[in-house]
Amino acid sequence: MIHLERRRAASRFWTLAVPVVAVLATMLAGAGLFAALGKPPAEALRMIFWDPLLGPNAEYFRGQLLVKAGPLILIACGLAVGFRAGIWNIGAEGQYIVGALSGAAVALALWPAESPLIFPTMVLAGALGGWAWAMIPAFLKTRFGTSEILVSLMLVYVAQNLLAYMAFGPMKNPQGFGFPGSRNLQQYPSAHNAELIAGSGLHWGVVAALLAVIGTHLLMSRHLLGFRIRVAGEAPRAARFAGVSPARLIRFCLGLSGALAGVAGMFEVAGPSGQITDSFNANYGFTAIIVAFLGRLNPWGILAAGLLMALTYIGGDLAQLMLGLPAAAIQAFQGMLLFFLLAFDLLTQYRIRWKGART
Amino acid sequence: MTLGGIDLIALTATLMVSSTPVLLAALGELVVEKSGVLNLGVEGMMIMGAIGGFAAAVMTGSPAVGFAAGALAGMGMALLFGVITQILLANQVATGLALTLFGLGLSALFGKGFEGIRPPQTARIDFGGLADLPVLGPILFSHDWVVYFSLFAVGAVGLFLSRSRAGLILRAVGENHDAAHALGYRVVAVRLAALAFGGAMAGLGGAYLSLVRVPQWTEGMTAGAGWIALAIVVFAGWRAGGVLLGAYLFGGVTALQLRLQAAEYAIPVQLLSMAPYLITIIVLVAISALHARGRQAAPAALGRSFHASR
Repeated sequence: MIHLERRRAASRFWTLAVPVVAVLATMLAGAGLFAALGKPPAEALRMIFWDPLLGPNAEYFRGQLLVKAGPLILIACGLAVGFRAGIWNIGAEGQYIVGALSGAAVALALWPAESPLIFPTMVLAGALGGWAWAMIPAFLKTRFGTSEILVSLMLVYVAQNLLAYMAFGPMKNPQGFGFPGSRNLQQYPSAHNAELIAGSGLHWGVVAALLAVIGTHLLMSRHLLGFRIRVAGEAPRAARFAGVSPARLIRFCLGLSGALAGVAGMFEVAGPSGQITDSFNANYGFTAIIVAFLGRLNPWGILAAGLLMALTYIGGDLAQLMLGLPAAAIQAFQGMLLFFLLAFDLLTQYRIRWKGART
Repeated sequence: MTLGGIDLIALTATLMVSSTPVLLAALGELVVEKSGVLNLGVEGMMIMGAIGGFAAAVMTGSPAVGFAAGALAGMGMALLFGVITQILLANQVATGLALTLFGLGLSALFGKGFEGIRPPQTARIDFGGLADLPVLGPILFSHDWVVYFSLFAVGAVGLFLSRSRAGLILRAVGENHDAAHALGYRVVAVRLAALAFGGAMAGLGGAYLSLVRVPQWTEGMTAGAGWIALAIVVFAGWRAGGVLLGAYLFGGVTALQLRLQAAEYAIPVQLLSMAPYLITIIVLVAISALHARGRQAAPAALGRSFHASR
């Protein structure tokens, strides 16, 4: 009979090994899924995990890697801080949209003026937009005790409708021949978030993602606030006795993750995407939740996890093109990864023993 | 009877149909949460029920088979959640999110090839002359069996939780799992059973969405209905009667919003589509403001993992 014994402290070995084991298990299960769809499993896995990095046309894909990883890492860094404290912002997708709308609104209002101040103002607007959208659940949580999980999630649907309204209404390009969607910011030099090194995929959003990794690392490991966040998550009662204000933590965690999601959306709309359209958002806000957990809520882990998840996006596109693998297969694949991760996480907190072997 | 270009009787009749998916899912989640488990994967279970039910109904030509398949699909998802949270002791919030993300992806995968098809029609129950009654006829006697089943389920779940011995055990497990365990009740088994019921109800609700309410399969068609079901359980103060009220309130807003779109008021469609979500937030705020002053109605062990040391 199998029997679980709680460890006194989390196992260091398994903390690092669980993500690796989970990725391997997902590859196996994914191979099964692809085979069930009638696609060659080995080839599909090679296309997803190998070809974008080292395959024949890898130069093109490597640039895409940073483009996709940037927003995922930015959003996940903010979410991880909250998750550490037991504050569940699952509405990052909405904050991402509102950040993009705010950034684009600044650019569209100033068009066609040219000034080096426009882009920084857009970054600020994006951060503020995301922050403000996240402060709605934060305020309702601290003032009325309303679940931040449900409110932040509901606001995703509100943001999506707002996005569609903007794309068809106020932000529609007046010279767009009646097509929905805003002016293309890629054709507006002062607002364009261009590649910093041609062909590398490196744009300001990726730089911001790296800064977010370093910043949240310093916050969590060197700053008193980071310590308080960890205590609040692991021992809420102890935190309260130590004088940590739950309301302040909620405002800080939701505000930070909202602002980061907001700038991620702004960098996306001003760069790779270029336009506000009703299908502008690409589920980064939800995938970032998986990235945060895969990175073990640790900024450096998130950096690696974001790159890996970006790889599955690009490889998924490639497999879609070459093998006709449905786009949704990758979404299911990513969900599966989170399942395996959570399931294997048992090993960091518990020892598995055979009953009777030792007492 | 019309008001501002909107037929109130037709509105009430549609309200009952548009409420049924969330009503079923919320009743299932009520039982789950009463057992002390927070399953945030309702959306994932509903959408799997939607595609499972749709596919089965189209392939067999029988809506009844479709509803059964939808319930089974939801139950399968719930048991996956159960194994990971109850046996492997994973965090329930994170696992619930995973269930939703996984369900949305997997359903889109299965749904390829089912887009743009009309499902076999679910027949209305024939009440003979009763359906011709003014006002009451179209509201009460013009629906299919699932609508009546959902109303029956409200009473059944309410009585089960408050009046039966099994319901008492389930609530004990949800309030204090250590004490229930010490009394000899099998906490994990009770919770798995509750999860299976919750999954079946969510799946049934999802199948109703794709087979009757819309009726069609489109990717991501639940559009947050699962999350609204979760909100309704909170709104209801964890009581079956409250779930009915909450679901009909939500269904009413949805139906009204759709009628307003059709009535061509000068309000942009996208802004009207926000209404159900905004109303849900407002109602949640109102109810949490009330609970802050009164007693907290949530089951005491909600969301906590149970691990028997011996």
